[in-house]
Amino acid sequence: MSKIKKAFENGKAFIPFITCGDPDTETTRACVLEAVKAGADLIELGIPFSDPTAEGPVIQEANVRALSGGITTDKVFALVRELRKETDVPLVFMTYANVVFSYGAERFLSTCSECGVDGVILPDLPYEEKEEFLEPCHKYGVDLISLVAPTSADRIAMIAKEAEGFLYIVSSLGVTGTRSEITTDLGAIVEVVRKNTDIPCAIGFGISTPEQAAKMAALSDGAIVGSAIVKIVAQYGKEAPARVGAFVKSMKDAIRT
Amino acid sequence: MSNPRGRFGKHGGQYIPETLMNAVIELEEAYDKYKADPEFRKELSTLFNEYAGRPSRLYYAEKMTKDLGGAKIYLKREDLNHTGAHKINNVLGQALLAKKMGKTRLIAETGAGQHGVATATAAALMGMECVVFMGEEDTKRQALNVYRMRLLGAEVIPVTSGTATLKDAVSEAMREWTKRISDTHYCLGSVMGPHPFPTIVRDFQAVISEEIKSQILEKEGRLPDVVMACVGGGSNAIGTFYHFIEDKDVRLIGCEAAGRGVDTFETAATIATGREGIFHGMKSYFCQDEYGQIAPVYSISAGLDYPGIGPEHAWLHDTGRAEYVPVTDEEAVCAFEYLAKTEGIIPAIESAHAVAHAMKLSPTLSKDAVIVITISGRGDKDCAAIARYRGEDIHE
Repeated sequence: MSKIKKAFENGKAFIPFITCGDPDTETTRACVLEAVKAGADLIELGIPFSDPTAEGPVIQEANVRALSGGITTDKVFALVRELRKETDVPLVFMTYANVVFSYGAERFLSTCSECGVDGVILPDLPYEEKEEFLEPCHKYGVDLISLVAPTSADRIAMIAKEAEGFLYIVSSLGVTGTRSEITTDLGAIVEVVRKNTDIPCAIGFGISTPEQAAKMAALSDGAIVGSAIVKIVAQYGKEAPARVGAFVKSMKDAIRT
Repeated sequence: MSNPRGRFGKHGGQYIPETLMNAVIELEEAYDKYKADPEFRKELSTLFNEYAGRPSRLYYAEKMTKDLGGAKIYLKREDLNHTGAHKINNVLGQALLAKKMGKTRLIAETGAGQHGVATATAAALMGMECVVFMGEEDTKRQALNVYRMRLLGAEVIPVTSGTATLKDAVSEAMREWTKRISDTHYCLGSVMGPHPFPTIVRDFQAVISEEIKSQILEKEGRLPDVVMACVGGGSNAIGTFYHFIEDKDVRLIGCEAAGRGVDTFETAATIATGREGIFHGMKSYFCQDEYGQIAPVYSISAGLDYPGIGPEHAWLHDTGRAEYVPVTDEEAVCAFEYLAKTEGIIPAIESAHAVAHAMKLSPTLSKDAVIVITISGRGDKDCAAIARYRGEDIHE
């Protein structure tokens, strides 16, 4: 059984996203541990990319800070090895296809498996292109997480049928970042997803308040929050971990059923 | 030339967020429907001929030929097109297609500003809204083109992320497209990005080689020995090559921007210094570091200042069908000045990269040989920057 499934066994899952190496790996490590302590069920670890085309300004800037701080794929793996000494929370990488491709998909995924990464999200890898990455994912037992979007329409069933780990439902059009309102008919999307797969689904993009998180988690199996957390790290830097913990706790409390 | 899902050998593909997948599928279906539609072909050909001024001249550069003492040199004068560059060919095609698809708004990226100006022009002509993303660095290098776009009714958004140049403008246009799809067409300016863009843009630019072929047959009674063009993303080059790809005796040469040299970090020569990667929707060659972070490239030419190359070029390179050579800033500036003084033609600094290589190549070939250089655009936009390069500060 995929370890990711475990993340959805304590009621609705709360999934925070943290950019690795922003502003340094020690802060990232502390943020992850605080988030776990505060009730995070799964952690999405962002491996920075120079040109993150699916991100809004908040995560773009975090990538710039992390890369100028000297973060590399190898340093991210080292960070995960450190984390694995202290927590067994499911960990999923979120990065861009070129980061994996350039490292060598085989080498990247075998290293994921060796240091305890449970899944990979590649937002610029749609259903049509996944084959090349899926093979090494299966070989090393790492889930390749699929995304569905408000524009997916007739593609939802096809994507859901082959999804593994959990299904990432993109809440609205556009890039990552906080939104005051989410108007997509997510209920209808979740309904199609449920008909086509048994794996859990979580909603992300644009969620920043406990109220929004509660609403999104009620519609699905969990809520994913990125930019709102990255903003805390941007504001408080090395002092961020305790604040990230407090924020995660407020979110997890709000979605608990 | 591309197989299903837009592959050129191992290159190409559709590496984009799920949010955009149905948009590119819709675009592909519309393109497949209209490309063979006689009505669409007729409308486009009328726009090409009556509005853009096609066919463009194939000019025998007699003075240059004699001065270099080698092959006979012809210039394919895309600089004489309306808006001053080859970019209008693709834009008229895509704007017409977008209109047929019921889109009312065009968005575009631009480097030197030529594609932005062309898109703003087509939008004005067809009564569409237009937003152009341009790296802030480039808005300074190409201030005149920013003014032209605004004059044509487009909104120009300076992009400050990353290196604030062409690649960041592409990223920002892609982000904007994911925000607003239903009424908006992303009018991509080069043979790059996700399928079907590399194929669509190539087909609209292929008019260049179609014309060269019939013009050179008329003038010389035979095919040229070499056709050459500058390459950034590679749209004028693929347009120049396309109808000669099956003519194996015709050498195809693409001239990349080497910036301050391929042995420096200040270069944009993708084939010379890049390696295989996945970026901006495609698998191709990219300038990048060992971890796949895209390199901050440099060239004096804003239009060639891009860290990747179109997937069909990557494939033509893999198969050895086309040659790609690096040309430095200094060589390009010398060629810019040379063509102005020798033939009274001021080429775009992008096109000057091809002229520079022709100046090296021509003397090594026999007097019977024939070279065609595509002058992809005119150089008025570059005068201030070249003056600065030569230490002279002029006010536009």
